[in-house]
Amino acid sequence: MENTREKYEVVIGLEVHAQMLTKTKAYSNDVNEFGAHPNTNVSVVSLGHPGTLPVMNKKTIENAIKLGLACHSNIASNQYFARKNYFYPDLPKGYQITQDKTPICTGGHLVVKDDLGNYKNVGITRIHMEEDAGKSIHDVDVYDTLVDLNRAGVPLLEIVSEPDIRSSQEAYNYVAEVRKLVRYLDICDGNMEEGSLRCDANISVRLVGTIEFGTKVEVKNMNSIRNVQRAIEFEITRQIEVVENGGEVSQETRGFDALKGITISMRSKEAANDYRYFPEPDLQPLFVDQPQIDAIKNDMPALPRELYLKYTEEFGLSEYDATNLVDNKYIALYFEDVLLHTKQIKTAANLLMGEVKSYLNQQAVEITEFPLKPNVIAELVNLIEAGKVSYSIASSKVFPALFEFTDKSVLEVATILNVIQDSDEDSIANYVKQVIESNTTEVQRYVAGEKQLVGFLMGQLMKVSQGKADPKQANPMLRKILDELS
Amino acid sequence: MYKNFAEVKSALTSGVSVLEITESYLKRIEEYKNLNAFLEVFTDSVRENALRVDEKIKAGNAGRLAGMVIGVKDNICYKGHKVSASSKILEGFESLYTATALERLLNEDAIVIGRLNCDEFAMGSSNENSAFGPVRNPLNTNTVPGGSSGGSAAAVAANLCTISLGSDTGGSIRQPASFTGTYGIKPTYGRISRYGLIAYASSFDQIGAFTNTLEDNALVTEIMSGKDPMDSTSTSREVGSFALTPTDEKKRIAYIQEAYEMEGMQPEVKERMDEVIATLKADGHIVEPVSFPYLDYMVPTYYVLSTAEASSNLSRFDGVHYGYRAKNAVGVEATYKKSRSEGFGPEVQRRIMAGTFVLSNEFYEAYYSKGQKVRRVLQTKTKAIFADFDFVLTPTTPATAFELNAVNDPIQMYLQDIFTVHANLTGNPAISLPYGKSNDGMPFGLQLMSAPFTEKALYDFSAYLETKFQLN
Repeated sequence: MENTREKYEVVIGLEVHAQMLTKTKAYSNDVNEFGAHPNTNVSVVSLGHPGTLPVMNKKTIENAIKLGLACHSNIASNQYFARKNYFYPDLPKGYQITQDKTPICTGGHLVVKDDLGNYKNVGITRIHMEEDAGKSIHDVDVYDTLVDLNRAGVPLLEIVSEPDIRSSQEAYNYVAEVRKLVRYLDICDGNMEEGSLRCDANISVRLVGTIEFGTKVEVKNMNSIRNVQRAIEFEITRQIEVVENGGEVSQETRGFDALKGITISMRSKEAANDYRYFPEPDLQPLFVDQPQIDAIKNDMPALPRELYLKYTEEFGLSEYDATNLVDNKYIALYFEDVLLHTKQIKTAANLLMGEVKSYLNQQAVEITEFPLKPNVIAELVNLIEAGKVSYSIASSKVFPALFEFTDKSVLEVATILNVIQDSDEDSIANYVKQVIESNTTEVQRYVAGEKQLVGFLMGQLMKVSQGKADPKQANPMLRKILDELS
Repeated sequence: MYKNFAEVKSALTSGVSVLEITESYLKRIEEYKNLNAFLEVFTDSVRENALRVDEKIKAGNAGRLAGMVIGVKDNICYKGHKVSASSKILEGFESLYTATALERLLNEDAIVIGRLNCDEFAMGSSNENSAFGPVRNPLNTNTVPGGSSGGSAAAVAANLCTISLGSDTGGSIRQPASFTGTYGIKPTYGRISRYGLIAYASSFDQIGAFTNTLEDNALVTEIMSGKDPMDSTSTSREVGSFALTPTDEKKRIAYIQEAYEMEGMQPEVKERMDEVIATLKADGHIVEPVSFPYLDYMVPTYYVLSTAEASSNLSRFDGVHYGYRAKNAVGVEATYKKSRSEGFGPEVQRRIMAGTFVLSNEFYEAYYSKGQKVRRVLQTKTKAIFADFDFVLTPTTPATAFELNAVNDPIQMYLQDIFTVHANLTGNPAISLPYGKSNDGMPFGLQLMSAPFTEKALYDFSAYLETKFQLN
């Protein structure tokens, strides 16, 4: 099978729908929130009552532009909305307001890791604004389908990628990247399980070296990034099998059954709807000018990719550390805040990825709920760097105590704990003297050439000083004396 | 009987109460039941509201329209009252809110006496397409009152209410005004909010008023006008006062050569047109023919674009959420098909199908897209006319009201709109003034069109014409 597999190239394009975190819906003042009682966030507009009209929520345009800028897309200056007409019980107007010929963003790319861990660009075809439909609930009532219109009219961004994705792992990485981005931009909470981020995949296979695309199959209903990967993986295997057995892949829409891990045919493409798109006459055309785009740009937070490059290239952090720091927007923001109060980047990163993260894991809380302010962590970092406490004392003793002594400065806490390092030259000289006097055998061996014994002697020194001697000072002094003896 | 708001106000001054005025209208509605103008009379709520306004008059804090009793076309929403667009498909539906235009009249203490018959979903030119039977023209009950706002025109002509509201998508206010000898305006697109008007063709629809005097027309139009945050297509341009101030300023008036020469125009209509032109010239105005060789394209363009929008606007009437649902329909597909087939009348179905066709993938370019292009050409050419002229003058209709069941061919019926669709295609305001009668005594209207958002000038010049020709 593995060999067969290598004969084929996989071509994947993804359509991601992100529900926007706006206070109100896309075209009405109805509240936009998840989890309310069915049919409570509805006015006559969401209900599609006769005579009602849509009114644009300006925040949705801002969000679309933000995402477009983050993806390096072109922002259209001149656009209009369109109606997509179809009948469905959870679509009360009988049409969805969307953008057809004039999407707000076109072109651009996202940087995503491929299977070998190298970064590649995945092209963005378009990003456009539209409204969500309501929800049809088939499994609550035995006889009837129930309709909840709370979701009807919730603003969405649809992000359509180019068919640049070549594996299920890349697809996973791409969706993870989109999710990270919309979270950074505060556009969407990225929660796939609740459906606020949804993904459809267009998948085809072709023999390596072929120019034409194979017949594509659209797969829907994948409610986690992991399931996107599983569904695609299943579909690749299925399609290759069909072709290998001399069959033809048929153009259709398939759904993913997460329990069985398989895709199931939903409808063939011949039954495709004619959506009769036409310009939405109830909304005025939309004009976006450069000053508006610039204002949004100036207001944008740092993006994960920018931060990653800054951390690796400018700060010299490892790829691993940088990836971990930017993976969660709020950790990255916290880190940025810490850096406002200290210049010790590496120590700050270590403390954050070490003690702080394990605290968060143990307490099962988010960094936004972390009780210590960034300046406190910075203070601790500075204390380490000033040689007042060692890193290990800082992490094992001072850090846990900070949660108890919330009204004290970090230095005061370290003082109370009696862990302030001894940096006094005379007393360190005294410790060195004590160590050399009481470890004559080891000192002799050192002088005879067993240089590695400096580690042992240094350990003795820390013991003598009850851990308080500043190793940065003590170590060179000890070496100096030993070398003078040699 | 109260023929206009001036008569109502003088009655109020002489001590008649709003309730008494209302009772007299209610009595008259009962007497003129044969017209079939009202689909429903809000007997209870109108009395309650009359009493409330009487209290306000006593307290000295009544609004500008205190005493005005209005009838509302059955496609304008009024909270807590039924609204059906004269269609079976909205059976039992009651509106949860009030249209902005109506709300503004209510805020000035106008009261609503009932909802008025019309062509189903405002689609028609004779009011014969109502699911609740045709309306008769009070001036000759064998003839139609025009459409689609036939009930609104008939009710005002027969003095069943002080003024009425209608809607005009291709001539649905002006043509019935012409047929009933009333004043009817289609304001500039965007002048009056469409929120609460059941949409037929969104980029054409405007609410407007039927009145027996120009003064009343200007008053209620002024009050209804202005930006509404609920309608993105309403404009924030300042409204100002529309109160009539006749001037003897000399104007530049164009009449459309091709319309003037149109075959089949009723001789009296044409004669009167000649008379008007001659009189205006004699009075020192510049009156010139302009060539506008698009007459043949206007009605087809209008029907392509308006049916396209209608096919989408009427999708919401699906038997699922509200209104009529077919009995015995099993499954969602059958519910749609049966409910819509049984709920919509033949003309509405015809237009939904035409609109679905012109928007279909295969024919979009040939019809809808081309229609949009023609519309843009018409807009440009019309703008050019108004660069040189203040007003464009045409008859409102080529002839007077026809008899019921006389026009059976839909295409012939569509040609009723030949002079009126222009203003809807381009968005300009246009008013129909009663200005003549045929030999058998039936009225016909003069249509005056002006540049966008010049309603004030339109009313002022109409006032001048009225004095000049002693129209009333």
